[in-house]
Amino acid sequence: MKELSLNILDIAENSVKAGATLIGIELDETENILTLRITDNGCGMTPEVLQSVTDPFYTTRTTRKVGLGLPLLKLAAEQTGGKMTITSRHETLFPKDHGTEVTATFQTQHIDCTPMGDIVSSIVTLIQGNPDREFVFRHKSRRGTVELDTRQLRDVLGADVPLNNFEVLQWITEFLREQYAGEEKL
Amino acid sequence: MKSLAELAEIRERMKNKVVLREGGNDMRVVVGMATCGIAAGARPVLNAFVEGVNREALGDKVTVTQTGCIGICQYEPVVEVFQAGKDKVTYVEMTAEKAEKVLQEHIKGGKVVEEYTITNAKKA
Repeated sequence: MKELSLNILDIAENSVKAGATLIGIELDETENILTLRITDNGCGMTPEVLQSVTDPFYTTRTTRKVGLGLPLLKLAAEQTGGKMTITSRHETLFPKDHGTEVTATFQTQHIDCTPMGDIVSSIVTLIQGNPDREFVFRHKSRRGTVELDTRQLRDVLGADVPLNNFEVLQWITEFLREQYAGEEKL
Repeated sequence: MKSLAELAEIRERMKNKVVLREGGNDMRVVVGMATCGIAAGARPVLNAFVEGVNREALGDKVTVTQTGCIGICQYEPVVEVFQAGKDKVTYVEMTAEKAEKVLQEHIKGGKVVEEYTITNAKKA
């Protein structure tokens, strides 16, 4: 992956496929550490699956024999001296409180730290493809906080207009880009 | 600054259009967005189709959606075009520029862009 924002898009798509209705994407930047946390309320993983999930030759897919999403994120984190951890609660064991949390830390000053890239485009792509899910995005840094909660947008739009309506997607794009631009001025 | 009031205005504008759109879509553009597709550049391809369909006012008859791994990772980014009564067309190794050509010639013009299809890629 050429951008961390693509890893984020990929991992969040996994949450969608796990049946999550609420997906959280948090980025927390301190002076030289970036922490990425993706949480969902999907079906979760059994302890057996969880053990194999960072093995690139393990996948639950049937279209191919490799599963590279989490191994690629793990590699991206570890090559900066950071790490990736996953906790998961499978629905059979935790029927009321299931889901998965993927956390990765990156040392941002490391020469091998992958650039963030176009995170706004990744968030908008997730919403475009999954207008029936809720996404909560928060990017905290010393410059400020960029936030988006699709539940708030849905409250305004009601049932008439889906979140992937083109004008709504444009509004979301500009809403996020304006927040990032405001940070740069600080 | 963008405000929620603008979003409410969009809702009002869209109310009538929503009624017109129901049941109207007859063409589906599906972009592979699994790890293989994303790593190969599917995100800008998807965006090009979403923006192009809106720009050309094709939203009433064309839907742009995402799917997972289609199983031909070596050809990603992959785009499939479905149309009622016609064979599925699979475009491979797509870029945003190629997406624009597919939009103009196939989606708008009805003529398959043979040079980007998987059949053509396999011959090469």
